[in-house]
Amino acid sequence: MIAVENLSVSFGSDAKRRQVVKNVNFSIARGETLGIVGESGCGKSTVLRSLAGLDRHWTGDIRLDGKPVDRERSLEHLKLAQMVFQDPYGSIHPRHRIERVLAEPVRAMKIGDGWDRVAAALEQVGLPASFAERFPHELSGGQRQRVAIARALMLEPQILLLDEPTSALDVSVQAEVLNLLSDLREERGLTYLLVSHDLSVIAHMCDRVLVMKEGEFVDELSSEDLASGTTHHPYSTTLFEASYI
Amino acid sequence: MPAPETILSVRDLAVRFGRSGVRAVDGVSFDLGAERLGIVGESGSGKSTLGRAIMRLLPPAANVEASQLDFDGAPLLTRPEREMRSLRGNRMALIMQDPRYSLNPVLTVGKQVSEAALLHQRISKKDATAKAAEMLARVRISDVERVMGLYPHQISGGMGQRVMIAMMLLARPRLVVADEPTSALDVSVRGDVLKLLDELVRENNSGLMLISHDIRMVAAFCQRILVMYKGRVVETLTRLEDAQHPYTRGLVAAMPDPRRPVRRLQTLDRSAIDSLEARS
Repeated sequence: MIAVENLSVSFGSDAKRRQVVKNVNFSIARGETLGIVGESGCGKSTVLRSLAGLDRHWTGDIRLDGKPVDRERSLEHLKLAQMVFQDPYGSIHPRHRIERVLAEPVRAMKIGDGWDRVAAALEQVGLPASFAERFPHELSGGQRQRVAIARALMLEPQILLLDEPTSALDVSVQAEVLNLLSDLREERGLTYLLVSHDLSVIAHMCDRVLVMKEGEFVDELSSEDLASGTTHHPYSTTLFEASYI
Repeated sequence: MPAPETILSVRDLAVRFGRSGVRAVDGVSFDLGAERLGIVGESGSGKSTLGRAIMRLLPPAANVEASQLDFDGAPLLTRPEREMRSLRGNRMALIMQDPRYSLNPVLTVGKQVSEAALLHQRISKKDATAKAAEMLARVRISDVERVMGLYPHQISGGMGQRVMIAMMLLARPRLVVADEPTSALDVSVRGDVLKLLDELVRENNSGLMLISHDIRMVAAFCQRILVMYKGRVVETLTRLEDAQHPYTRGLVAAMPDPRRPVRRLQTLDRSAIDSLEARS
């Protein structure tokens, strides 16, 4: 579903130029969930943003659903993958009602006004349709993240790119949102790429995990490895131990 | 384990905001000796408000009441603000979540830490700088000279939090309230910061209140845990395995555990918890 070859991302120019993602390769099969785990600044979010078309500083090859995509995305290509961001307080327009937030992607893609899809979109993420009238500040963090997921699904993408979708939430609410994501994946056969610093969340959601450090993948763990605590690189061992203090 | 000497004694502490009468903290009682006490709960459970009420740092709209709130054997609630100000940072310290917001962005690290020394101890400027350098070395900052000349945005989060700890523990406070001290940090630095905090607190023989939403971390680090729900302490634990209250059990079960994979995570049954709470 996703194939990435020799992806590199650099920022800055001349002496200050820094390569934050260094020639990474990976692929994700249809219906699979791949996790990328790493610390702040390791480049994991940059990989995600390049895939989503939010960052144009990349070189290499990205294929989504078999189609090679450019740095400048066409509307058609943008519809393939949608992103859910970390902070539900920052990623939803504070002065738009929820209905407008949800209709926006449909209007941006010029395929209608989107109003008629709002109620169904809210119900599929477990919120009452009456929430369409509300403003974001009238919702809790978990409800907002549900709205963000509903918004990402408005265009019926095959791929969801999840950037720390539950780090701003309480564990109890995190469990609800992770369950929702699992259910949606099953219902619609979605492919997920989940980025997080929290190994336990990644291990719960993913079939396969890549460990990222300073712009490179240093380890790959299967779900069996995660369950038994097997690692192949000292850095993943450190991460593993640190998540159980 | 009851501590030999009580540093903080709290009885029936209640905090109400404005005229609404909603109690953010409702009838909380505990004693704190030279130990590590953890306070856990979800956002809005009142754990941070409790910490701030003890430091008397709540806004005027908050109405704080308690039948007893004694620090070092003397009541806190009746003290004038001027006395509180000399107490805070000196005898009691608050370590906040994000060093990026709690450090002054326009002062260098060295200046901020030595200012703290200057404020709480009657020493010369030169001694204060030396004291600051010594304290920064204590929190294992390498290359102290260089770091002292840096501004908060030039240092990493983990380093910033260590600077905060250096600043707060410089005066050897009796009581340290740490409000989510590691939530803004990467997992690999979390352990170091907690260990450091523990080491310094033990050295000064002071009491530590660790406020966090991360029940597993608190359980690993603290000797005693108070679990808060809707402003009340629902359970006091020494080991997480002993948890009886459905809220505590629910919180533990909601956390994904790679060693025990499940298809769906358990979620909190809030109506059951509320009905249980209503009966008690």
